[in-house]
Amino acid sequence: MKERDPMEDLTAVPDSGLSWLDASGDHADIVLSTRVRLARNLQGHAFGPRARVNDREAVLDQVRDAKTRVVPLDGSTVVNLQALDTRSRRILLERRLISRELLGDGSGPARGTALVLSGLQPLSVMVNEEDHLRLQSLLAGLRLQEAWSLVDRLDDELGQQLPYAFHHEFGFLTSCPTNVGTGVRASVLMHLPGLVLTKEIGKVLQGLTQVGLTFRGLYGEGSEVVGNFFQVSNQTTLGKSEEDLVDHLDKMVRRVIQFESHARQVLLRDARAVTEDKICRAYGLLRYARTLSFEELMNLLSGVRLGTSLKLLPGVRVYTLNKLMIFTQSAHLEQAAGQDLPTHEGDAHRAAYVRRMLAIEGDVDPENFASGAAGDVA
Amino acid sequence: MVCDSCSQGEAVVHLTQIVDNQMTTSHLCEQCAAAKGLDTAEGQPNFALTDFLAQMGEAPEEDSSSEATCRYCGLTFAAFRETGRLGCPHCYATFESHLKGLLRRIHGGTQHVGKVYLPSDPTASERAKRLEGLRRRLRRAVKSEDFERAAELRDLIRTMEPG
Repeated sequence: MKERDPMEDLTAVPDSGLSWLDASGDHADIVLSTRVRLARNLQGHAFGPRARVNDREAVLDQVRDAKTRVVPLDGSTVVNLQALDTRSRRILLERRLISRELLGDGSGPARGTALVLSGLQPLSVMVNEEDHLRLQSLLAGLRLQEAWSLVDRLDDELGQQLPYAFHHEFGFLTSCPTNVGTGVRASVLMHLPGLVLTKEIGKVLQGLTQVGLTFRGLYGEGSEVVGNFFQVSNQTTLGKSEEDLVDHLDKMVRRVIQFESHARQVLLRDARAVTEDKICRAYGLLRYARTLSFEELMNLLSGVRLGTSLKLLPGVRVYTLNKLMIFTQSAHLEQAAGQDLPTHEGDAHRAAYVRRMLAIEGDVDPENFASGAAGDVA
Repeated sequence: MVCDSCSQGEAVVHLTQIVDNQMTTSHLCEQCAAAKGLDTAEGQPNFALTDFLAQMGEAPEEDSSSEATCRYCGLTFAAFRETGRLGCPHCYATFESHLKGLLRRIHGGTQHVGKVYLPSDPTASERAKRLEGLRRRLRRAVKSEDFERAAELRDLIRTMEPG
């Protein structure tokens, strides 16, 4: 009889995949995080729409066995999605550790779907989503080579323990042809309020699509952008080496960083009063509002983030702002409150959490902005 | 940004399409996007893929695999065209000719040039390809001064080289 999973308690998992919040990476004022994901399937089993319960369970069994011999997954936790309670599943989703696809449709995650979380490194593996395996690394700031290297090493070791499906011409085989070949999807989450406010964002994003990259907004419906956050990633996966794909994304992202920095300087130079006003209003609302929808929060956070970057809000740390993005989502709020929260209550809890977090940072004295360059960062 | 289609609504859906190796982006408002049948729910939309699949239907059929069903997983070609998803590694052989055309349109080519996976019983040329790939990565690691990684790769290469 197969060994059953104990239900995994997320609090038992060290940092539960949130190490990127510390904003320790390069260009943390513009790039929030870097993610590199690899798609892999195993020989001998159907995947995606044709996978049946025994396929998925066989794959999961093989992964459980293989991970004991894989150094990067030493001491890792296997979270069985089906056994996990609904709120914990939503928390994993809110932390971007799993995708909506992994949770399945209304009837919940399929049997055999799981998430393997490394306790040591910012690495995780989704098991039995659209593909058998989705290896993923998530780092703070712009760190594409490092994120790629982490996931590459994991892939090498796993590949020695598991029979990957690989084709001499098409490369690593995936359920969707848009992922075949390298199976790499490298993406960078960027904050671009300067380009949005100077109305250059359309041009820049269009430019990205012309060099084989794609972008999407964060948290919004479809491609709507909330909070001026954009996720930029490679579009093709076949015909270039993994390193070339990653290097190319890195190069283009650095260009966008330059454009964004320039746009922010333009705002300071040509529209200082208006920009300061927007930023201060955003800060004021976050500091004192009694109810906040998640969408409004994200838009206000964008203003405060810009303020921090322009050194207009000394004492507000990027780490705090990152936390505010994650812990104000609904499942997180419900976990903190210990109960389900209908929308209006959730909005009140959200506002309360934000007020508390910003109060800890200390009040920003709006009369004390440096009228020129950097103020002191407390 | 104003909608490309009606020139009135604000563009909120940005549709990037790759057709015959040409990439185009159109910007549409909610209404025009809906009129075009685009699903604006969150998640990777695969409407572009199904567009290609629809176009594939007009291409001349070179062999009988268009009626094929994958013998291993039971995926039919029609099902693939509807969902844009394959069902198992064997599907790639079953639907090979159609997939080649599709891959050319999506990625601009069909030949994988990245990491080579070595099966447990490799042929000489598979080994050679893998070695070449490892050497290339070793050079890169040295160049970027990631000496820890370089040492790992060097050890891996040593275990593979004959003698």
